[in-house]
Amino acid sequence: MSKQFASLVFLWLIATALPVAAYTLADFPFDDPKKEQEFRELTGKLRCLVCQNESLAASDADLAEDLRREVYDMMKAGRSKEEIIKFLVQRYGDFVLYDPPLKPSTYLIWFGPGVLLLIGAFVVIRTLKQKKSAREKTLSAEEQQRVEALLNTASETQGTDK
Amino acid sequence: MGRSLKFLIPLLLFGGIALFLYKGLSMDPRAIPSPLIGKPVPEFSLPRLDAPGEKVTRKDLLGKVSLLNVWATWCVSCRAEHGVLVDFARTHKIPVYGLDWKDDEAGAQAWLERLGNPYVAVAFDKIGRTAIDLGVYGAPETFVIDKKGTIRHKIAGPLSPQLIEDELLPLINKLNQEG
Amino acid sequence: MIPEIGHLALILALSLAITQAIFPLVGTFTNTRSWVAMARPVAWGHFLFLAIAFGCLIQSFLTDDFSVLYVATNSNSHLPNLYKVAAVWGAHEGSLLLWAFLLGGWAAAIALFSRGLPAHVVARVLSVMGMISIGFLLFMLITSNPFERIFPVPAEGRDLNPLLQDPGLAMHPPMLYMGYVGFSVAFSFSIAALMGGKLDAAWARWSRPWTIIAWIFLSLGITLGSWWAYYELGWGGWWFWDPVENASFMPWLAGTALMHSLAVTEKRGAFKSWTVLLALFAFSLSLLGTFLVRSGVLTSVHAFATDPARGVFILIFLCLVIGGSLMLYAWRAPSISSGGRFDFVSRESFLLINNLLLSVLAALILFGTLAPLIYDAMGWGKISVGFPWFNTMFEMIAPFLVLAMGIGPMARWKHDDFAHLFRQVRVALVISLIAGGVALLPMFSHGKMLVGLGVTLTVWLIATHLKNLQERLKHKHGLKGLLRDLAGGSRSYYGMWLAHLGVASFIIGATVVSNYGIEKDIRMTPGSDVTIAGYRFVFDGVSKTPGPNYTAYRGHFRVFDGANQVAVLEPEKRHYQMQGRPMTEAAIDPSLLRDLYVSLGEPIDGGDWSLRVYYKPFVRWIWLGGILMALGGLLSISDRRYRIVRKLSKSEAATRKAGTNATGNPATETA
Repeated sequence: MSKQFASLVFLWLIATALPVAAYTLADFPFDDPKKEQEFRELTGKLRCLVCQNESLAASDADLAEDLRREVYDMMKAGRSKEEIIKFLVQRYGDFVLYDPPLKPSTYLIWFGPGVLLLIGAFVVIRTLKQKKSAREKTLSAEEQQRVEALLNTASETQGTDK
Repeated sequence: MGRSLKFLIPLLLFGGIALFLYKGLSMDPRAIPSPLIGKPVPEFSLPRLDAPGEKVTRKDLLGKVSLLNVWATWCVSCRAEHGVLVDFARTHKIPVYGLDWKDDEAGAQAWLERLGNPYVAVAFDKIGRTAIDLGVYGAPETFVIDKKGTIRHKIAGPLSPQLIEDELLPLINKLNQEG
Repeated sequence: MIPEIGHLALILALSLAITQAIFPLVGTFTNTRSWVAMARPVAWGHFLFLAIAFGCLIQSFLTDDFSVLYVATNSNSHLPNLYKVAAVWGAHEGSLLLWAFLLGGWAAAIALFSRGLPAHVVARVLSVMGMISIGFLLFMLITSNPFERIFPVPAEGRDLNPLLQDPGLAMHPPMLYMGYVGFSVAFSFSIAALMGGKLDAAWARWSRPWTIIAWIFLSLGITLGSWWAYYELGWGGWWFWDPVENASFMPWLAGTALMHSLAVTEKRGAFKSWTVLLALFAFSLSLLGTFLVRSGVLTSVHAFATDPARGVFILIFLCLVIGGSLMLYAWRAPSISSGGRFDFVSRESFLLINNLLLSVLAALILFGTLAPLIYDAMGWGKISVGFPWFNTMFEMIAPFLVLAMGIGPMARWKHDDFAHLFRQVRVALVISLIAGGVALLPMFSHGKMLVGLGVTLTVWLIATHLKNLQERLKHKHGLKGLLRDLAGGSRSYYGMWLAHLGVASFIIGATVVSNYGIEKDIRMTPGSDVTIAGYRFVFDGVSKTPGPNYTAYRGHFRVFDGANQVAVLEPEKRHYQMQGRPMTEAAIDPSLLRDLYVSLGEPIDGGDWSLRVYYKPFVRWIWLGGILMALGGLLSISDRRYRIVRKLSKSEAATRKAGTNATGNPATETA
């Protein structure tokens, strides 16, 4: 099936088929405000599957409402956050998690940035060292003069600028 | 050499990104592969659409290769798919089970009477709980289930004759030969 | 008729863009004076035709010409006129036209305000902008013509997406695009300089004001977008790290780095090849964002209707522009002198660190945005990388950036020493650590560690900048000195100062609202009340009100602080006639210290409603930060040095002369 057709189908589905459900979390009362906060945070970090890019907490799609209900029931039954996440991942895959879990397949996401940062730090240190030791071998005397002239006239016009 | 080569790095990085972007054009970011493939069909017990007193359960799917099709009357592309399914059920000896998802009972029965019934049995999932267990995120979806009741394949979106020819039948034949 | 004129104008603009791209450039190499001189008039003509095309599309919207497909799909006869105009850029085709129109505008502005520049430079810059315009115009004419007709003509249009029927969002795209397109100027200057093989202080000085102007627009555009998401989407968030948001944030980061880097290149002649690269990056990231949002490779909240053919076209265009410019860079950059000696401890070093952190941040966001695509393409499975990941990365890097921001302005150019710097910042360091420590006390922080960090960084920024101001004014006699200093010209310093305080404002706003905000979803019966953060919200029921192209349920709330009524809030739930989806219009009582926010959910049996009631402390400081940054930018380009139209004083004439000499093209000079 071509991708275009598939997206068409999905647009259809979303636009016309799914009845719009209540999308506040008002239907999910908790006695304990802490639990309520937990519920809000958890559904906020889970991805609605049929929506473009919305969390379960923010989506008005019907399936999102069903899954909120599921999460709510599980929390009410005293299941832990980990169990609830496991439940959803078993059915929908890692795609539902906005917060990718740390495991071998996500090492790239979680450790890649560190590597990037190290490269950045390396570049800074190397550049600074180079700068310190470098003589101005690349600037000819004439060019140097021109730059100086430019800077001098510039600072005359603008006053001192720290 | 090192000095001038380092200026190539941005170009190379961009080249890499461009390759991924090119690949991305032919992928669907919204298609979610099912993690249930290779896993047994989850336990369920739902009323039969045509006979609410009777139940459709996981056991019904055992012992033969079958299809499980998730549909609903509110789903526009299910309407488009339905004719294909009716044809498929008529021409092939592969049982097709239905899962009617979050639907109106009377409306669903009328739909089958009017458009033909390709299903051996339809499980009526009023609240969508079994659909969640199956990881359904949009209708229609079609699961291919082997003799042991294991999910072997899932197609999200409507079936087409070509899809059946290219993807479904070869797989079903292969599964039929398994023990 | 009007749409055909528009279409024709687009074609003529394309032919002029081709002229603008080829002749002036070739002229600079063959030293054909008349060809070089073509650049300015052709750029004006190019802009004129784009303006005509743009005007035609506006006219088609205003006259409800539903024979134009784009109008029929994005407008409606009942749509208020303001939104008919805004609908011009409400979807793919028209927003491309806006892009092209603004690009033409920037090129015309350069043609107008570049009298002091050598003709060769102007010719090359305009030529590069012409090339970019060719790409956009071809793209529009081949795949996305906004003037396409349909037959039979529908009696009524399908209406603009209700989400976009909002004054904030009407202005959001033009601002954002002014920023994106504005970076094409710095890009073109860099390409022109690379072609000439000469980069120097004069080049940096010319690029700098244009870059800052683009950056101002982009800052305002992002701020507007965030503000809009907050009040219009109804869930009270102000940033979600959606691909479309990242697409605007990445060029902003690169542009911010570029501004700072240009300052060093202008003043000290250092970082040249790095500055050029940043200029290429800033615009490349703008283009990449356009691709990501329009090609459908990523799922985003507000993606445009996508089409693989368009994706292929933009990708080819991206490869030509970005790939071509980076190739030119790889070829020319090795011969750029590194120039500008400085020590390990110096203003330059801090700016270098700042640059790298900003770039790393941009790279990380790019990586996070593309990661799902990379995983999918490599067959590693489908993953989502969402706000928790981005927040973690941002919180890891931003503090170092802020640390450097506090010290950097204190450091002397070229050479400084740790002892001197430490003396400068030690008071600020102590104050900010104490403030952070106090914020961490359980009674304030409620166990949230990030509060301590946010407060420390905010106080650090304010304290270091106050100290810096004090140092600066030491020799300038207090307030009088400050005013004279401001009037006297060196406003770029105060611009920097203001923009940095904008960052402080953003940090404190984001910290407070994310840690102390209260969100409640409740069900209410008319006549009942609820108390949140000391405010009592009385629900007086819901009435039905008609709008121009929708009908609305309007909720009525009175809010009390103790016995005093502080606000009347009337959130709406609108049903637009043409588009089925209901829309919420949140009602907000804004103030500097807190927002009170109510949005209507759904009616529940018996006249009850489900509602979202939010208390958002300090949320305004986030956007205030954005506005301060933009104001800082504005102040800094009003600095005498950059005054685009200026009287020729003797010393300036000298500057110009030096500049002309320094950037004259050696190839043509010797030819």
